[in-house]
Amino acid sequence: MGSTVIGADLFLSGCTNEHTAQVLLSDTQINYLNEVGETILPKTAASDGAKAANVGLFMQTMVRDCYSDEERKVFFSGLNELEKASNKAYDKGFISCNAQERQKLLTSLDAEAKDYRKKNELLQQKEAERQKSSQASGKPNYLKKTPPAHYFAMIKQLTLLGFFTSETGYKSMGYVQVPGRYDGDVSHKA
Amino acid sequence: MAENTYDAIVIGSGISGGWAAKELTGKGLKTLMLERGRNYEHIKDYKYGTKPPWEAPHRGSTTKEQQEKYPVIHRGWAANEAVMGCWTNEQESPYTEIKPFTWWRSYQLGGRSTLWGRQSYRWSDFDFEANAKEGWAVDWPLRYKDIAPWYDYVEKFAGISGNKDGLAHLPDGHFLPPVNLNIVEKDVAGRLKKYYKDQRHLINGRVANLTEAIPGRTQCQFRDRCWEGCPFGGYFSTQSSTLPAAVATGNLTVRPWSIVTRILYDKDKKKATGVEILDAETNQTYEYYAKIIFLNASALNSAWVLMNSATDVWKGGLGSSSEELGHNIMDHHYNLGASGTVEGFDDHFIYGRRPTGFYIPRFANLYNDKREFSRGFGYQGGASRDSWSREIAELNIGGDFKDALSQPGNWNIGMTGFGEILPYHENKITLDLNRKDKWGLPVLAMDAELKENEKKMRTAITMEAANMLDVAGVKNIRTWDSGHAMGHGIHEMGTARMGSDPKTSVLNQHNQVWDALNVFVTDGACMTSSSCVNPSLTYMALTARACDFAVAELKKGNI
Repeated sequence: MGSTVIGADLFLSGCTNEHTAQVLLSDTQINYLNEVGETILPKTAASDGAKAANVGLFMQTMVRDCYSDEERKVFFSGLNELEKASNKAYDKGFISCNAQERQKLLTSLDAEAKDYRKKNELLQQKEAERQKSSQASGKPNYLKKTPPAHYFAMIKQLTLLGFFTSETGYKSMGYVQVPGRYDGDVSHKA
Repeated sequence: MAENTYDAIVIGSGISGGWAAKELTGKGLKTLMLERGRNYEHIKDYKYGTKPPWEAPHRGSTTKEQQEKYPVIHRGWAANEAVMGCWTNEQESPYTEIKPFTWWRSYQLGGRSTLWGRQSYRWSDFDFEANAKEGWAVDWPLRYKDIAPWYDYVEKFAGISGNKDGLAHLPDGHFLPPVNLNIVEKDVAGRLKKYYKDQRHLINGRVANLTEAIPGRTQCQFRDRCWEGCPFGGYFSTQSSTLPAAVATGNLTVRPWSIVTRILYDKDKKKATGVEILDAETNQTYEYYAKIIFLNASALNSAWVLMNSATDVWKGGLGSSSEELGHNIMDHHYNLGASGTVEGFDDHFIYGRRPTGFYIPRFANLYNDKREFSRGFGYQGGASRDSWSREIAELNIGGDFKDALSQPGNWNIGMTGFGEILPYHENKITLDLNRKDKWGLPVLAMDAELKENEKKMRTAITMEAANMLDVAGVKNIRTWDSGHAMGHGIHEMGTARMGSDPKTSVLNQHNQVWDALNVFVTDGACMTSSSCVNPSLTYMALTARACDFAVAELKKGNI
């Protein structure tokens, strides 16, 4: 089982809509994203990890229902990008990497995504200025062009959201469903 | 005809409509309550409020489809998966924005009473006298002493928790024990009190959540999920509070899917005889008759009903003889404030989730505080610790990252200003006769904006918020002002104002339409000025007061 097979599978088995753009994740992709998620938020002594919260399935729901076509495109091609990055670094797919390799790879992708965001912020500032000068010259409808986020930023954000708003995640934070009272000062070990 | 005849008709089932139904049925009147939208049954219809939060498939996010279909709701925080089913369908019920206007509506039983922010404050004579003292617009036809007993009355029934703070400009009421401030807020309150020499106050938010059980309702369980619907009846809504009381009398009939198209008017008797409705499901028209009518369709829709009534007598509709109907629309301007981080409390945390925070009552233009604008503003705010959505500079991914995010982060404190908007005759709504809703009815056109007084006030709101945080030792203070389109405060008011002269007001001192004394308007439409405090408690008090008067007049044969 090499990376090529997984890469091909990632693309071929996903569902498509009438515009042939991928909308649904395959089971393989859901499992794959659970593994990526588990590297971002792994099981620790304190609590279960992202896989136990099935963040892969959550990503399926969010990407299908809440993403724009453009964002979805970035997300899906991002899965391939991630595989490429893994192959480039370790000559094997993400699933075949050991825990240490996975963590190293995703740490570098996180840095890449943060650089990308910084660049975007600069672009957004420039766009805001363009919009302002356009409005000043009598064109009120100038639409700011905001590029979608980096694919790894999407995966990480969905992992965090999917985990911390799951039953597993709520429990990790000591969430009580029906507190019954409010105390504005309880001691807390920092 | 007999089966279509009642003693009273209440148009609308929100906060004020619910109160009207409760009061009128309680006084023995057979009452028909008309709601234009669906039934929305207490507990049974709360889609998410009775489930754990992780059962919401998108965990609060809205879908692309919802974003496209509900553009107005997506202008702010109202867009949440848990309550999307409660907001008005924007495709079926559009409106025209001559100037930007955010209109967050809920066409279902209970109206916005299940969704409201629950902040409940009394007005004072600083508010009721402001127009007269400044010679602005028209004077209120009542004073605090006229409404104070009615505040008592509605507070006792609705259940308002709060602290008695002894402030003349924010009168104390009949309170249940307050919801506590947390340790950081208490610290800030103490510093502000000292620095401002008791001229500024950070107090417990006064809120329509029960801190003690009252008959038929369980006390707040501190889940902070009010607007999803509370299975405990822990906060005031039509469903939890006024509706069960009205039903218990045996005098109430509720008819959902009933769009009131006009009030039927007898020009010889100068009285209303009933209403015409359009069944929203079948498109059939029906007429219902009654001796008195309470119009509580919410500020803008109550004006709409009046504009469409008695047009054969007055081109602009019932109540338009003063030429003030639809004018003087107000709101509270907000979307601005300040926040910062608090040090020194890392070994303190909270238990439970409050349905409120702190309140800083108005101080501008009171006593010795003089400003370059008129009226004032207050703040709602809270201190809390950052949650998992924060960034941790030194951690990116991994077990330490997860465990750190599972713990509370830095303390921070923030406050949002709510400012009074003056009534301006030129801020108005009209019928857009060129545009129809799903039922072929003309829609409203909004033409209102903030003016110089409000803009000057906004500068002061952010500046004073930052000053107070600075005085309290808060670090990393930042201010924000995201701008304010009219309506965004969800406190629409003034479209059928009360007054002492039929030439300059739509309603008299008892909320009667001057031109049809058996029609009472007691929702936000009746307001003559806007104060800066949340208005719903005042609608409750005015409604109970008007119902008492209406039934007395009915018994005397005066209406």
